[in-house]
Amino acid sequence: MKFGVLVFPGSNCDHDTYNVLDAVAHQPVTFLWHESTDLQGCDAILVPGGFAYGDYLRTGAIAHFAPVMGAVKKFAANGGLVMGICNGFQILTESGLLQGALMRNAGLKYICKQVHLRTETTDSPFTASLSQGEVLQMPVGHMEGNYFCDEATLTQLEKQNRIAFRYATPEGLVTPEANPNGSLKNIAGVLSEGRNVLGLMPHPDRSSEAMLGSADGLKLFQNMVSALAAR
Amino acid sequence: MPNETQAQATQVPTPARITPELLKLHSITAEEYARIEQALGRTPSLTELGIYSVMWSEHCSYKSSRVHLKRLPTKSELVVQGPGENAGIIDVGDGWACAFKIESHNHPSYIEPYQGAATGVGGILRDIFTMGARPLAVMDSLRFGPLDDTTLPKEITHKNHAVVEGVVHGIAGYGNCFGVPNLGGETRFEPCYSGNPLVNAFALGLVKRDEIFYAKATGIGNPVIYVGAKTGRDGIHGATMASEEFKEGSEQKRPNVQMGDPFMEKLLLEACLEVMQIPGAVAGIQDMGAAGLTCSTCEMGARGGVGLEVELDNVPQRETGMNSYEIMLSESQERMLLVANEGREQEVLDVFAKWGLDARIVGKVIAQNRMRIFHHGELVADLSNESLTDDAPLYHRPVGTWAPPVAKEAPAGVLDKAVDYTAALTKLLAASNICDKRWVFEQYDSMVQTNTVQGPGNEAGVMRIKGTSRALSMALAGNGRWCYLDPLTGAKHAVAEAARKVACTGAKPVAATNCLNFGNPEKPEIMAQLSAAIDGIAEACNALGTPVTGGNVSLYNETRGVGIYPTPVLGIVGILDDVTKATPAHFSQAGDVIVLISPNTAKPSNWQAEFGSTEFAKTVVGELWGVPPAIDLDNEAALHQMLQLLARRNFITSASDISDGGLAVALAKATFRAGLGAEVKIDTELGGLQTLFSEPATTVLVTCSHKSVEALVGTIEKDGTLMAQPIGTVTAEATLSVTVGSENVIRAAVGELKQVWSQALESRLATEVLA
Repeated sequence: MKFGVLVFPGSNCDHDTYNVLDAVAHQPVTFLWHESTDLQGCDAILVPGGFAYGDYLRTGAIAHFAPVMGAVKKFAANGGLVMGICNGFQILTESGLLQGALMRNAGLKYICKQVHLRTETTDSPFTASLSQGEVLQMPVGHMEGNYFCDEATLTQLEKQNRIAFRYATPEGLVTPEANPNGSLKNIAGVLSEGRNVLGLMPHPDRSSEAMLGSADGLKLFQNMVSALAAR
Repeated sequence: MPNETQAQATQVPTPARITPELLKLHSITAEEYARIEQALGRTPSLTELGIYSVMWSEHCSYKSSRVHLKRLPTKSELVVQGPGENAGIIDVGDGWACAFKIESHNHPSYIEPYQGAATGVGGILRDIFTMGARPLAVMDSLRFGPLDDTTLPKEITHKNHAVVEGVVHGIAGYGNCFGVPNLGGETRFEPCYSGNPLVNAFALGLVKRDEIFYAKATGIGNPVIYVGAKTGRDGIHGATMASEEFKEGSEQKRPNVQMGDPFMEKLLLEACLEVMQIPGAVAGIQDMGAAGLTCSTCEMGARGGVGLEVELDNVPQRETGMNSYEIMLSESQERMLLVANEGREQEVLDVFAKWGLDARIVGKVIAQNRMRIFHHGELVADLSNESLTDDAPLYHRPVGTWAPPVAKEAPAGVLDKAVDYTAALTKLLAASNICDKRWVFEQYDSMVQTNTVQGPGNEAGVMRIKGTSRALSMALAGNGRWCYLDPLTGAKHAVAEAARKVACTGAKPVAATNCLNFGNPEKPEIMAQLSAAIDGIAEACNALGTPVTGGNVSLYNETRGVGIYPTPVLGIVGILDDVTKATPAHFSQAGDVIVLISPNTAKPSNWQAEFGSTEFAKTVVGELWGVPPAIDLDNEAALHQMLQLLARRNFITSASDISDGGLAVALAKATFRAGLGAEVKIDTELGGLQTLFSEPATTVLVTCSHKSVEALVGTIEKDGTLMAQPIGTVTAEATLSVTVGSENVIRAAVGELKQVWSQALESRLATEVLA
């Protein structure tokens, strides 16, 4: 079992994600350079947070054209596990691997703080061990995290149970006050139709050790490990 | 580059036509020009005159402050690198060292707040990674004019709003994209910073003890390589601008402000650190900050006792038709100058190519201790390095006396009035110097790199060092109002408060960096402030064991002839051997006992004079008088050692500093994080005002479990220097209740107090003065 962490120029959280897999989850992990099309036999791909290519254009818009993303699309089409965190989520929506778009935060400012998420589905390789409605604490850190999709897509996402997480209060209530960025229906993370691709704005990589404020994010990585082991 | 060195020796750069106007444009005095002619033995070329003007500017040469800075302590067994390099370095153990420094970007941040602040962050980050250190954290000390002072003209209030928004946005934009966590720092507001905000950026990075790089050129014949962004016409004469007072029309200087590209800087970071990992490839490296290519060329040569010869045709340029004057003085950002070892240059160039960055060989190291600059093959500058650096003018400016124009005693009657303490506390919690700075620090990524154990909103920032059990703790402090009343005492407080905050986390404060923000040094009373403040810093740093390893001086902080408060800002770094023992700043457990630790000395008799320096006097009374609180540095050192001991022994569950607003504010703020309450009863003969709202030095609040109170008090009072006074308990019910003597003087719902505190800054910012 091997994990691959993509590295774009400007991927600041590549090392953070690598560190969780290596030092906390104790899994084999390697970096994958954006110009390469060889995924080196990795069994799961992490698209990390940060500012790929500086994101001076729409976030993720340039990363979508990176050679490595062509390989990731093929990998995902074959059922490979892909998790995109923050900028990684933005890259996955730009690449068409996930539906919807991440717009500028409703407050128009970058926002970094701890938030709470309500688990909306346990039917995925990332959330299988969680219980329905389980509240997780993770931080967000983004300028463009305001999830949006058209009504037809929203209906489809809801019908197919593909909304993975919503922003909620610590008690698990989905309220406007708990929504940090104006996301449609408090959506914090969504799954692909095949349920093998997850994108989310909050950072499980920054919440995998209690010393950093929360270890809830580790559960997502552990679920990926279990899912791969079961394959 | 011409090959015939013989021919060059006889070449002389074309003399400029020197006029008084030309000298004035370059901020060079007649005396300074005479020195230049004497040093050269001829008339300088225009490029040479430009080079002198930036290198001899106050910003680069420290000509007014250098004689005084010598009084600062700079050594200890942990100091690896003191002042004089890009950043100071201390040994932190386990084979690691940390590089850190604070620098001002005040003037640019007023003219163009976003870019001014952003490039301030960019500049200090380059100072860190040019030494081989990966930036671990940044913090900022910010000073702004008021947002809601109705006595100010509307356009000033509007500008203050724009500066706050722009500066915070600029710091966020740069640091977030670069990928370094920002741990907050401090933000204060005073009327004197209208028109002259302070933006002091601190950065700290980690480097292996034996992998430090220096800004020193060595090895005759070694290639000089330019890397990073292309050179444009931006920022020309930025260093000279930062050395002048602001006048009407300073906004016209906007082209002097540089533009930042944080993505470029991120690539530069990764490429530089990668190239430094190739054994023996890099001989020396320096960033191009103030005075750009000029400064890096002569300083690297001077440090190595050699010279650099550069052909400007090889410098990557963003614009066509730039002349040698412009290229040498450009302050385009995200550039570095690197000396490779001969024969290794291709390996260096390959790494930069991988990261998509420009890297060009622009010259070589020569034996003569000179900078020789060619353009289109023609010699345009030929100057001795020393004449630009060590031989820069050194002024013993007249030091006058400073007496603040305020009353020594409290205005009659103001301290005898009956006060509703709950209302006063509420008002203080909303005060701009006390209220929650969430609006500022939530715009900063404080968690990237996953090392942040204590982020913004705590006493100090605490960062773990991965792969070790250690952490680094860091804090900034500097109360300009106190320094205005008494620069010597105020500066001691700046050191003591920053170090106390670090000690509250359980860390041992070990080193300091300072940013000295003052007015016009040509005024004797300003020099008196500067000199006294440096004395205060020196005394406190000696007493607390925190030598100054570097920093920055920012003078001429005046607008329309009115100076800012003298504002020395101190950054203190501390080492925590066991990160799991970091002490939090907030109450966490109902039932814990609250203990006040203070020096075991008689209370000051002149509390009424000291009370004039408090936030209460400013916010509730609306007056300023008297002196800052007295401080005994030996007691302060004893307190810091005690806090470390208590953390090591897991004795305490929280520790927080009594500062702005006094004990009442400290109690309230300690309850907010966990939404707990406190039931406090203080046995004292002193009045409520003095007990709750004075701001005594060397005083902290700690909490401990009920069963360890006796042991805690015994430990603290053991040697007689400090006293420990249990004053109450943390309660599950979220009410703050404070009794002084026999009278219950404060009773309020914590939720309501917190609401006031957390919304104050945002609501002030939202209430734009549109009417």
